[in-house]
Amino acid sequence: MEAGFAVLIGFIFAASIYLMLSRQLIRILLGISILGNAVNLLIFTAGRLEREVPPVIPDSSLVPVGATANPLPQALILTAIVISFSFFAFLLVLAFRTYQELGTDDANEMRVAEPKGEARPPMGY
Amino acid sequence: MAVSEHTADVSHAMITTPVATADWLVVSPIIITILGGVICLMMRKQTKIQPRIAIATLGLLMLSNFGLLARVMDKGVITMVMGQWLPPYGIAFTVDATGAMLALIASIVAFATALYGVGDSDAASRRYGFYPFLMLLMTGVSGTFLTGDIFNLYVWFEVLLISSFGLLILGSDKAQLDGAVKYGILNLIATTLFLIATGYLYGLVGTLNMADIPRSVAALPNHAPITTVAMLYLLAFAMKAAAFPVNFWLPASYHTPRIAVAGVFAGLLTKVGIYALMRTMVMLLPVHHALLAHVLAVVAVATMISGALGAMAQSDLRRALGYLVISSIGSMLAGIAVSTALSLTGTILYAIHSIIVMTGLYFVTGMAGRMSGTFALRELGGLYGKSPLLALAFIILAMSFSGLPPTSGFWAKVLLVDASLKSDWPWLAGSILVAGFLTTIALARIGLYAFWRGGPEGTPDGTAFAYAENADMTAPDVTAAYTGMWLALGLLVGLSLFIGLAPDGLVAIAKTGAAGLVDPSGYIGSVFGGTGGHP
Repeated sequence: MEAGFAVLIGFIFAASIYLMLSRQLIRILLGISILGNAVNLLIFTAGRLEREVPPVIPDSSLVPVGATANPLPQALILTAIVISFSFFAFLLVLAFRTYQELGTDDANEMRVAEPKGEARPPMGY
Repeated sequence: MAVSEHTADVSHAMITTPVATADWLVVSPIIITILGGVICLMMRKQTKIQPRIAIATLGLLMLSNFGLLARVMDKGVITMVMGQWLPPYGIAFTVDATGAMLALIASIVAFATALYGVGDSDAASRRYGFYPFLMLLMTGVSGTFLTGDIFNLYVWFEVLLISSFGLLILGSDKAQLDGAVKYGILNLIATTLFLIATGYLYGLVGTLNMADIPRSVAALPNHAPITTVAMLYLLAFAMKAAAFPVNFWLPASYHTPRIAVAGVFAGLLTKVGIYALMRTMVMLLPVHHALLAHVLAVVAVATMISGALGAMAQSDLRRALGYLVISSIGSMLAGIAVSTALSLTGTILYAIHSIIVMTGLYFVTGMAGRMSGTFALRELGGLYGKSPLLALAFIILAMSFSGLPPTSGFWAKVLLVDASLKSDWPWLAGSILVAGFLTTIALARIGLYAFWRGGPEGTPDGTAFAYAENADMTAPDVTAAYTGMWLALGLLVGLSLFIGLAPDGLVAIAKTGAAGLVDPSGYIGSVFGGTGGHP
């Protein structure tokens, strides 16, 4: 099952990289959002997949009996989901404000901080 | 059915002895800065009280970090495990000399920034969170330096990243939004790469504890694709540290925020990347580091030379400083490429020096810009006549940055060049010296144009440009603002000179830190106890 997931994750990564190579800010952001999800799936698969066996230890034992689902990747993903969601929300608002202020969402035309054809520095010593 | 009485023996799953009181210093930087940040956030509208709370909090943070460093130097590496789970299961905070020293210097720079911010931040930027974000940024930075868990390191990276977003767009003018878009997107991609690498690493070794990883990696079969992980870490942290081909976010954004913010960013954020690179490449994956050493060395040379040349080509003072940050990163990378105890001592010392001096240079620039109303090199001039003290501070910091004695930069460069020569990397040593020469030229040009000549471009030689009396300088509440700036600048310049004149103590600490990175047995022993702990 891991192999199938690996191929799927590869496709999702490809989609996100394709979107991030765009000049349009909104596509870059969609790419980032997909990238976050691809990583979550990657961590989930890296923890090895196991069907619905909760990691509950029976009363009589100190360790789980038999193979159980790995709870750690789920904790990691939960953290990563919260973080990537909050960053996505921030970047979405930032992109919208930038679009309003600069009047463009084309990364090539966003040259306020680094204007084209700036005066050269003074020459000589 | 009632839950049966269950008195399991937890001693083989949990630490049963309570944490020694002094070891609470390990987490106190986090507690102090979060509390300070929250209190400042609650007093969002009390813009007069906020700076006092921030200065008191960050002062306390300095004391706490000083205590922590003293304890680490006295007792060796200290570990505190959250939730008292036996390692490697709980999240461990493990502090060695490198982490403690960098945390201390970071807190000193944050304290200086809070002082500088008294004059630099207006009521609006305080209402929008200058001080709360500064302290939450320090939560992230301290957490990064102190944690002993690689996933936890990722979380602290994100904490400092989101705080830095908040600081970067205070004021939300067009240039800031433009810079923040590039900074935000590229840094988020870098931390995502870090997360990808961590996911792969977990899939391979099944542990996230940084003391557990080195031996788990050593036990892997030969065909395990761990070099991929090493390469991903290298790319992710090179992006965070602004190394050459992946550094375009830095010159695009660092000149846009207010100077206090730019100063603390230039001091701390890139060095966090360097620290993470040392932790992962040198301590966790030493074998794979050897495979990538030449890549690192080439990147280091390209970074230091391109940064120095970039600085010379800029006509805006703040943008020139952005390129100097990049140049200094190159020197630190050179130490990581060589990766002997001596070269890492040099890198740690250079990181400490660079945190202090870069922030100081931004502060000087901010004050110069405030006194003359511009940051453009063509329009600056005559600052020596206006404020000889500022010119003195600039000269000392410029000498320190270029690596001239008697300042902190000299010793850091001596160690790096010496280590490169001893490990048969003569071209690396030569590049460090050439880059030092180029930065001397870049900084001397700034000194010549902004401070030494009589006035802006067009002022005849030999005459002094008569500045219109700048209202900023004389208004009573603004002179009070300058007090904080002078204090902050004095602290940083004094520190750089002090390290230059009496480097022994610091070199000893850096040596201890470097030795711990090359041979992490002390680090591992601190987490698992003398026995080696969990099989």
